[in-house]
Amino acid sequence: MRSPLLIATLLVLALCAGARYAAAQPPRPGDPSAPTQPRSAGQEGFVPADQLPKPQDTMPAAPLVAIAYAFVWLMLFGYVVSIWRRLGTVERELQAVSRRLEAGGRTP
Amino acid sequence: MFAYAPFMIVRAPYETTMGPISRIFYFHAPSGMTMFLSAFVCGIASAIYLFSRRDGADRVAVAAAELTAILGIIVLVTGPLWARKAWGVWWEWEPRLTSSLVLWLIFVAYLLLRRYGGPGSDRLAAGVAVFGMVNVPFVYWSVNLWRTMHPKTTVVPTLPPGMRGPFWYSFVAFTLLYIITLHLRTRLEKRRAELEVLYLALEE
Repeated sequence: MRSPLLIATLLVLALCAGARYAAAQPPRPGDPSAPTQPRSAGQEGFVPADQLPKPQDTMPAAPLVAIAYAFVWLMLFGYVVSIWRRLGTVERELQAVSRRLEAGGRTP
Repeated sequence: MFAYAPFMIVRAPYETTMGPISRIFYFHAPSGMTMFLSAFVCGIASAIYLFSRRDGADRVAVAAAELTAILGIIVLVTGPLWARKAWGVWWEWEPRLTSSLVLWLIFVAYLLLRRYGGPGSDRLAAGVAVFGMVNVPFVYWSVNLWRTMHPKTTVVPTLPPGMRGPFWYSFVAFTLLYIITLHLRTRLEKRRAELEVLYLALEE
C-alpha cells in the first residue's frame, strides 16, 4: 500500500498546486474552456448577456464525466486487486512458515 | 452494480443550470458519503481500541482508514473535474473543499503513522483517527455554516424522483463494495497478525 498511497498523495497535492497556479492566471480571450456560468464571486466587471460564451464554445461535459467515472472504476478495481494480491502473498507465506514449523523449526 | 451504474447515469436527468456535467454528482456524492461512513467506522474502532485494547478493533480501524483514504482520493479528483466545468476553476479554497482535503490528510497521516511510527504508533494513530472522525460533522455542515460555492446538504433530500433512483443505486453500490473491501482488508490484517505469531514461534 505504501507506493500507491504515496503516488496518490503526490497526485492530489500536484492537482491542488496546479489548480492554484491555473487560478492565478488571467483568462485568455476566446478560451474554449470557459465555464458554463459566469463566476459571480470575485468577478471584476459586468458581463453583458450577449457576450457570454455560446454553448458550442464551452468545454464539453461528456469527456469530464467519462474521465471521472473511469477514474472511480480504476481506483476501486486497482484497490480490490491490491487487497487480493496482498492476501495471496500472506496466505502463501503463512503456509510456508507453517510447513517449516511442522518440519521442526529453524531452517538453514 | 458498478457495471450497470453508467447506463442508469446516462439515462438519468441532470441539473438544468450546470448541464450534463452534473452527472458526476451520481458517483461524487455517494463516494463522499461512504468516505464519511468509513471515517466513522475508523474513529469508533480506534476509540474501542484505545479504551479496551482489542486487537480486532485495531484491525478494523486500519482497514477503514485505508478505505477512507481511497474514497477521499475519488472525492478529491471527481470534485475538481465537476468544478472545472461548473465553476470555471479546478479548485477553490472554500470551506467544503478545504475541510474535505484536511479530512483526507488526517487519514493519510494515520496510515503514515502506522507505517513509519514504530512501536506505540498504534495508540497514537488511534487518537488521530478519533480526531478525524470528530472532523466529519464539520465537513458535512460546512456548506450550511459558511458561505460556499458547493451545493448544500439539502440537495440530496430534495432530489426529484428521476434523480433519486440512480443516486441511491450508486450509494448502495458504493456501500456494498465498502463492506466487502472492509471485510477483505480486515482479514488481511488478521492473517498478517497470525503470520507474526508464527514467525515468533519459529524464532523460539
